[in-house]
Amino acid sequence: MVNILKYRCLKMPSETMEVPKTGFSFDLCRRNDMLAKKGLKSPSYLKTGTTIVGLIFENGVILGADTRATAGPIVADKNCEKIHYMAPNIYCCGAGTAADTEAVTDNISSQLKLHRYHTGRESRVVTALTLLKSHLFRYQGHVSAALVLGGVDVTGPHLYTIYPHGSTDTLPYATMGSGSLAAMAIFESEYREGLTRDEGVNLVTKAICSGIFNDLGSGSNVDVCVIEKGKKEYLRNHLTPNPRTYVSSRGYTFSKKAEVLLTKITPLKELVEVVEVGGDAMEE
Amino acid sequence: MPKEHANWSPYDNNGGTCVAIAGADYCVIAADTRMSTGYSILTRDYSKICKLKLESLMEKRIRNWLFAYLGVELASQSFRRIKDKCDFQVYLCRFMVWEYLRADKSFMASSGFQADVKALQKVLSSRHLIYQHQHNKQMSCPAMAQLLSNTLYYKRFFPYYAFNVLGGLDSEGKGCVFTYDAVGSYERVGYSAQGSGATLITPFLDNQLKSPSPLLLPAKDAVTPLSEAEAIDLVKTCFSSATERDIYTVSSYILVFSFSYAFALSRGVNESSRDQKINTRLELD
Repeated sequence: MVNILKYRCLKMPSETMEVPKTGFSFDLCRRNDMLAKKGLKSPSYLKTGTTIVGLIFENGVILGADTRATAGPIVADKNCEKIHYMAPNIYCCGAGTAADTEAVTDNISSQLKLHRYHTGRESRVVTALTLLKSHLFRYQGHVSAALVLGGVDVTGPHLYTIYPHGSTDTLPYATMGSGSLAAMAIFESEYREGLTRDEGVNLVTKAICSGIFNDLGSGSNVDVCVIEKGKKEYLRNHLTPNPRTYVSSRGYTFSKKAEVLLTKITPLKELVEVVEVGGDAMEE
Repeated sequence: MPKEHANWSPYDNNGGTCVAIAGADYCVIAADTRMSTGYSILTRDYSKICKLKLESLMEKRIRNWLFAYLGVELASQSFRRIKDKCDFQVYLCRFMVWEYLRADKSFMASSGFQADVKALQKVLSSRHLIYQHQHNKQMSCPAMAQLLSNTLYYKRFFPYYAFNVLGGLDSEGKGCVFTYDAVGSYERVGYSAQGSGATLITPFLDNQLKSPSPLLLPAKDAVTPLSEAEAIDLVKTCFSSATERDIYTVSSYILVFSFSYAFALSRGVNESSRDQKINTRLELD
């Protein structure tokens, strides 16, 4: 066995209170490296093998995503949300490791809000782009988030793709994730400039459906988000092309197997003394 | 210098799920029809079920045999014409003998690596053909089960990457299901699921069908108590559930073979015969 505590004991507790460092903790990297060399399998992460898309239409941006999250060959979530909120006028689709896409969009979203409080102005899409790409570049691709960022600001509609290593593209139409090729096939053949809102929504839906039906990493439903100047519309489950295929008319019974042998409830109050600490400890 | 390992594998996994359920006088065997690799779909219409079928020369021989011994050329006449011409009971009996001898005895459903599956099917079919020429009859399902096991074990150290279920009727007309691993270990069971959705379907079938332990003494019958319609219903439910959680299973098209023949030999002529249902394609929508 390896004594994991060894490294901690070497460090003496200091007199002054240390301010904890911000960002990720890399404390266990060396240990994990050694364990991996000894043959330990690292745990698998929830991946959103995904189709996400976006396009620019005549007066704004439309984003689209499927709703399947997978862990290997198993569908972990049949109806997850992949279009994340960044700012009232900016949304961001995420593909890759689910935790990374959620954490990185939440983080940047909060930075954008602070920035808005500071400047008193609406966030710009380039600001979100710069924050996202510098975060991703700093972690050299280890934060595996592939994003499609879209929004409308004072300078007009914008659509960007961001790769996990931090490189970006500015495009009129974009796709990402394992279904990106299937979706791009639709865009390449049918996209044109100056699409109307309805045409845009239909094209995005068609591109996502292409991913859902032709890429095994994508599936379930279609989410769409339409952003225009001064308004946005989040169409959750805009299309549900995969309803349950068969419901037995008979129904099934599942006989009760596990028996409760003993029930014992110990109230926590008997074991601990609760002391009220007055005031604002938990104030926001 | 560390040993260089080959970064190429001769195997692939083309996914898919197979389910079989045996009943008192029928066997349902089903598989989805998608073939995939990685995150891609190779085809949506590929049958994983192989019929170990009656050889055409054999069919002729059976016809001649029936003609010689029973005095009627059955194959060239429709059932209705036989019925009109002759004593109904006698000819129903003869018709059923004919149907029984002609009917296919076993079906194999396989998931895994489809190139290996194809090769395995080819070996099995040719062995079955030789058997028919040598013995003037089809191989029974339990005999086919042993042959499949031997064929798989023959390649113990470079196995066929195939996960099989063999379904059929035994010599008493009782439904039978045999389930295998890739190197030929097999067991006669009442129901089985193989392939990518097996981990999801097997516990559900266990819960619904509760197979008796094979260690019980005296041995208990493995067949399920369901009717044929109930079994097909259960299979469809299995596939539509597995589809939702396994990316390699699809339920929009599944292929269900369900077959049973009540034959006159052991049961008396008056017992109503069931239609032999073969190659029933059930389309779910």
